[in-house]
Amino acid sequence: MSLDLLPETLDTETAEAVNIDRSIGDFTFPERNKFDAGRGLSEKTVDYICDVKNDPQWVREFRHRALKVFRDKPMPTNWATEDLNNIDFDQIRYYLSDGEKPKRSWEDVPADVLETFERLGIPQQERAFLAGVEAQFDSEAAYSNVKEELSKQGVIFVNSAEGLKEHEEIFRPWFGKVIPTGDNKFSALNSAVFSGGSFIYIPKGLKLKQPLQAYFRINSESFGQFERTLIIADEGSEIMYMEGCTAPKFETATLHSAVVELVALKGAKIQYVTVQNWSSNVFNLVTKRGIAMEDAEVRWIDCNIGSRLTMKYPGVVMKGRRARGEVISIALANTGQHQDTGAKMIHAADETTSNVVSKSISVGTGRSTYRGQVHIPKHLKGCKNNTECDALLINTKSRTDTYPAITVKGNQHATQHEASVSQVSQEMLFYMMQRGISEGAAMSLAVNGFINDLVREFPMEYSVELKRLIDLEMEGSVG
Amino acid sequence: MPTAISYPSILDKPVSTSAILPEWFATAQETTWKQFQTLPAPKRGDEPWRFSTISALDFSAFTRTEFRGDASEWIARSKGVTKAAATLVFVNDQLVHAENKVPDSVICLPLAEALIAHPELVQQYFMRHPVTLGSAKFSALHAAHLSNGVFLHVPANVVIPDPVQIFHWVDGEHNTILPHTLIVTGDGASVRVIETFQSTNDRAATLTIAVNDLIAEKKSTLDYVVIQALNEKSKIISINASDVAAAATSTSFLLSTGAEWARSESISRLTGEEARSYMLAVSVPNDQQEYDQRTFQHHISPGAYSDLLYKNSLYDEARTIFSGLISVDEGAHRTDAYQTCRNLLMSNACEANSMPGLEINADDVKCSHGSTSAQISDDEIFYLRARGIDSETARQLIARGFSIEVISRLNHEPTEELVLSFLDQKFSTLR
Repeated sequence: MSLDLLPETLDTETAEAVNIDRSIGDFTFPERNKFDAGRGLSEKTVDYICDVKNDPQWVREFRHRALKVFRDKPMPTNWATEDLNNIDFDQIRYYLSDGEKPKRSWEDVPADVLETFERLGIPQQERAFLAGVEAQFDSEAAYSNVKEELSKQGVIFVNSAEGLKEHEEIFRPWFGKVIPTGDNKFSALNSAVFSGGSFIYIPKGLKLKQPLQAYFRINSESFGQFERTLIIADEGSEIMYMEGCTAPKFETATLHSAVVELVALKGAKIQYVTVQNWSSNVFNLVTKRGIAMEDAEVRWIDCNIGSRLTMKYPGVVMKGRRARGEVISIALANTGQHQDTGAKMIHAADETTSNVVSKSISVGTGRSTYRGQVHIPKHLKGCKNNTECDALLINTKSRTDTYPAITVKGNQHATQHEASVSQVSQEMLFYMMQRGISEGAAMSLAVNGFINDLVREFPMEYSVELKRLIDLEMEGSVG
Repeated sequence: MPTAISYPSILDKPVSTSAILPEWFATAQETTWKQFQTLPAPKRGDEPWRFSTISALDFSAFTRTEFRGDASEWIARSKGVTKAAATLVFVNDQLVHAENKVPDSVICLPLAEALIAHPELVQQYFMRHPVTLGSAKFSALHAAHLSNGVFLHVPANVVIPDPVQIFHWVDGEHNTILPHTLIVTGDGASVRVIETFQSTNDRAATLTIAVNDLIAEKKSTLDYVVIQALNEKSKIISINASDVAAAATSTSFLLSTGAEWARSESISRLTGEEARSYMLAVSVPNDQQEYDQRTFQHHISPGAYSDLLYKNSLYDEARTIFSGLISVDEGAHRTDAYQTCRNLLMSNACEANSMPGLEINADDVKCSHGSTSAQISDDEIFYLRARGIDSETARQLIARGFSIEVISRLNHEPTEELVLSFLDQKFSTLR
């Protein structure tokens, strides 16, 4: 399902551009899995996962209920792309692990896994600017650590399995509450077979100065990664969480279907930063949603560069007065890719405000789609939403779509939605080339200018990385 | 008093096509009846019916009744512009009055006559494209039952300065009309058509399924203005399609003040360089009126222009749905397309749904859409109150001004005045 399937119109330059950026993540080590649930999904698979993970009974029941929901729900192809039908659920491997507990020190991590994350620069970044790191390798975390002074202050940063066992009293009341199992077909799938992901709790009033990071790595072919993340920020606390992801390029499609739930209690602030750079055979079907209580804020800062098909619409349910929700989104769709991203803003209290800014770039035959939903019910007053989505088309066969849906009931609200589509004008390129800048560099400058104001929203270390990634993606795309 | 013969539900077998009508038309009616029967009914979860009230689509109670009485009252009440090139008045799809001052080369006939007099010409343009915005089943029902409408053919380079007016009256409880309007402007020709839909009384619940096809050939100008002022018990589906060729300009305007439930689907196909399409609508729903509007700007050819402006002022518990899509085909470069939907929320119980969409498959395009929903700002009210205008009047003035911005784009004063008179009629019932 790799480049062979791409339209033959693909010129070598563009093909190179597609390959280039993957090089950083495109390597693999031999599998040495102790636990392998095999291919296909059945009650037996679910039981296998429960047994290996030694799940409590309530989790086992939760998983089985979810499996049924997954089977009952149709593929959402009535609105989504038909490409979803190419996922062969019987060929996917739902659980792979070496049976080891996550290590607290990189020295204890198996050599090949360590090398994987070294090559991706994770330990180095941890030393440089992170408060804690979790590194997931296929189904389970290989490494999980948080700075000692933070854990002394009551910060919990563990994988989801440990969260639900060791911290059930905090974990269970919120688990599956922000995103119920039946929310959509893929949230149901995740609920049935989830493993890995983070559980984070930030105690009252604690403001983390440095971000926490999770890194998701797929190493095995035909593998499905189903991590489950729950972040609870107690009253008045603040946290920034960053996640990155890569996978080598296999010959067959790989599935990544995560569920991420955020809970920002009164006055808390959660920023969730994603830089998604899966290889171009990964189906990335992710459900992400946060609840913001009174005066709380949830911000999703999302960048999608990789994957074959991404469907991801981060949402915020503003449940308390003056809660704020924000989605900042950058998507880059190269040939063979479809970035179907957006935002969901559910206003459920007075004076709540939400903001969505989405910028997408389509290169080659790439397709980017924005889907949005804004809902303001009747009994509320003083709600505001602003949505802006801008699309940039680089080549003649590039494609972009925008499908927002805005429902406003009552007259004490204000919403505005704007979208525009443009291309890099010949005049702009000519102007730069006249000053001695090559066409490729000029195009890259123009693209970086287009997304610059959003890139600034990412933490500094990420924004540098992001610009570099986008430069690589854009290379050779002119003409 | 009119006498009437009643027929069974329109969902049962239609009356057979009259033997005097051309064979192709009889075949078309048979085919569309089969289509109607086989096409699935819209259901919850269908994207073209998102946010719609699906239960409104139960038409089983509706029948077709012929009008056999004295139409003089409806003819007298068919007030349009003072200077018209032609006037046709229909009651229950039956022509009751016609005045015609169009040049001899122009065909301006009720469809029933045009089918006999110009069968090949009508066939050439009749329902050429599939209905894609959701109402295919009801378009098939329309065609299967179709008995009348208007065929207007303006040959090349003929310019008709005054509007052609068409009045449709629907009379009788649970009655259905299925008017079909087919307008063709030849190369360089020009015409303006005003079509109004009204009920003979305030009580009868009626159904209208109207289909209109507008074909603007090269360099021609086709203005089409619809005023929907049915009583508030009625339902209407209107399916509008414009084909705009190179350097032609098409304007389609819809004023909606009436009906309990109104669905309109409007599609504009831009098939030539420098084709221009303006899609305009003003809606003022109140009480529990629901207006469901779907639009499609289809840029097939490069270098075409389309501009859509829909404005809704929502009172009481009114509900509107706007779903618009700009679709730019591969190769349709230099497309210049705009789409704006603005909702003025006049009560705290109204509901506005907007789905402004874009699908772009070509680069070198300029496309944008915008959608806003808001109430009148306090500052604006204050400004007028400071000048001695009470707040009720101030609100009314602002809402009227909000609508007039669209109406003024019709660029024909008598037409604007006529549209405005229907708008003011509606405002006079609102507080």
